[in-house]
Amino acid sequence: MPTVEQPKENSWEPRIIAFFCNWCTYTAADLAGVSRLRYAPNARIIRVMCSGRVDPQFILDAFSKGADGVLIGGCHPGDCHYMEGNYKALRRMQLLKRMMKDMGIEEKRFRLEWISASEGERVKTVINEMTDQVRALGPLGLPKKFAEWDKELESLEHEVNGKRDTIHA
Amino acid sequence: MPDKPKVAFYWCASCGGCEESVVDLAESILDVVAAVDIVMWPVAMDFKKKDVEAMADGSILVSLVNGAVRTSEQEEMAKLMRKKSKLIIAYGSCAHTGGIPGLANQFGREELLRYIYEESPSTVNPQKTRPELKVIANGSTVTLPNFFNIVRALDQVIDVDYYLPGCPPTPKLLKQALEVLLSGKLPEKGAVLAPDIALCDECPKKDTKPSDLKFTEFKRPHWMQIDPKVCLLAQGILCMGPATRGGCEGVCISGNMPCTGCFGPPSRIKDQGAKILSALASQVEAKDEKGIDETLATIPDPVGTFYRYGLPVSLLRRKNFNSTG
Ligand code: SF4
Ligand code: SF4
Ligand code: FES
Repeated sequence: MPTVEQPKENSWEPRIIAFFCNWCTYTAADLAGVSRLRYAPNARIIRVMCSGRVDPQFILDAFSKGADGVLIGGCHPGDCHYMEGNYKALRRMQLLKRMMKDMGIEEKRFRLEWISASEGERVKTVINEMTDQVRALGPLGLPKKFAEWDKELESLEHEVNGKRDTIHA
Repeated sequence: MPDKPKVAFYWCASCGGCEESVVDLAESILDVVAAVDIVMWPVAMDFKKKDVEAMADGSILVSLVNGAVRTSEQEEMAKLMRKKSKLIIAYGSCAHTGGIPGLANQFGREELLRYIYEESPSTVNPQKTRPELKVIANGSTVTLPNFFNIVRALDQVIDVDYYLPGCPPTPKLLKQALEVLLSGKLPEKGAVLAPDIALCDECPKKDTKPSDLKFTEFKRPHWMQIDPKVCLLAQGILCMGPATRGGCEGVCISGNMPCTGCFGPPSRIKDQGAKILSALASQVEAKDEKGIDETLATIPDPVGTFYRYGLPVSLLRRKNFNSTG
């Protein structure tokens, strides 16, 4: 996954990565588009074949590369094309949510929604709501934090590789 | 007689177990000692930093560095060993993936120092004295290394050529690695010197691992009589085998203890914790939020369980604080 482009300091806009199931939520998002529903432009939609295909690694990867929020859209319970995919997604997300809380990532940055192919309006509502919630939380900005943490390492470089009078205890 | 190849051992934030594993080579250690010239080994020999500094750059064939990096002193020594060595091996879980010390990445630096120097039950420190980087007493200056904000795996500080996984690595893997390196037939740079398979693939209990599990509860090993012949996951015990690299030959499993993940993930897995989380959670039996949560609540500490040895190299690296904490 390429690095999610970092917004400029003063013009920050939430960046939400949305994994949408091909059979339902992605089609609903299409419908929303065709129906010219206006919704926040903050979600970057990635089409997957089933919500059960969303590996928790994808979600952490999105956050670590600069996403401020991650949204997953799948078929309603009982409607998954692959029978169990959405239940698997739900189970994973319940545990991931708990784990991310322990890792200091707010629960509201992360959402799983069942949206069927006909629910274009719902796509609009969910994306708008989530954009507002994430905007209220502010940027997560992990790539910037990683770079900041690593500043503490640079300081010694010259002492080892340059000339320095070593003090021997 | 031509000079024997020079080998060095160094330790950073570690427990000493990796040193022990070198000694565990038993009689074969004599072959190693006969074949090489050990030029640095703080736990066993009296070489100093200045001895290493006096050596020509790249003159050590291989340095085996264990431990995570938490302080500026460890960083400095890691960089010195890198400069003086042709090859660096990250030896053991802490150097490879951050290891147990890496679990400290769940806490902020200030939080840790406050607990250790002020709040822990065994601390008596009414003046709240903290170690200073520099103290001048009786006209002489004493310095201490800096305690970094986060714990790092070795390759987050210096360039690493090979990795020997394990907490600690097994003598068999160490012996194989030394033989390969001394033979001059070098593996591809960046290789983990253990088979690239999941532990389940070499587990003595693998034939009893069901393809589909239905968890209703995760049991702790001390709660029950474990059937020594049956896959631990099939008995409801959380085993990291599916997301962990093989190579240890299932030493813990053979002792009827679940794998806790010390070999890190095989190469196709990027984040060991997220992967095992996925594998376990998706096989919970319940279909409703409440039922799912009840089953998953029997995993009391997901971060400490799934990232026991690998938090610093996980995708999130450490707990997120809104300040640098
Ligand atoms: S889950 Fe554990 S006990 Fe079962 S096959 Fe894998 S490593 Fe062996
Ligand atoms: S079974 Fe797991 S924890 Fe035990 S040595 Fe092997 S990899 Fe490490
Ligand atoms: S096919 Fe839509 S969630 Fe599985």
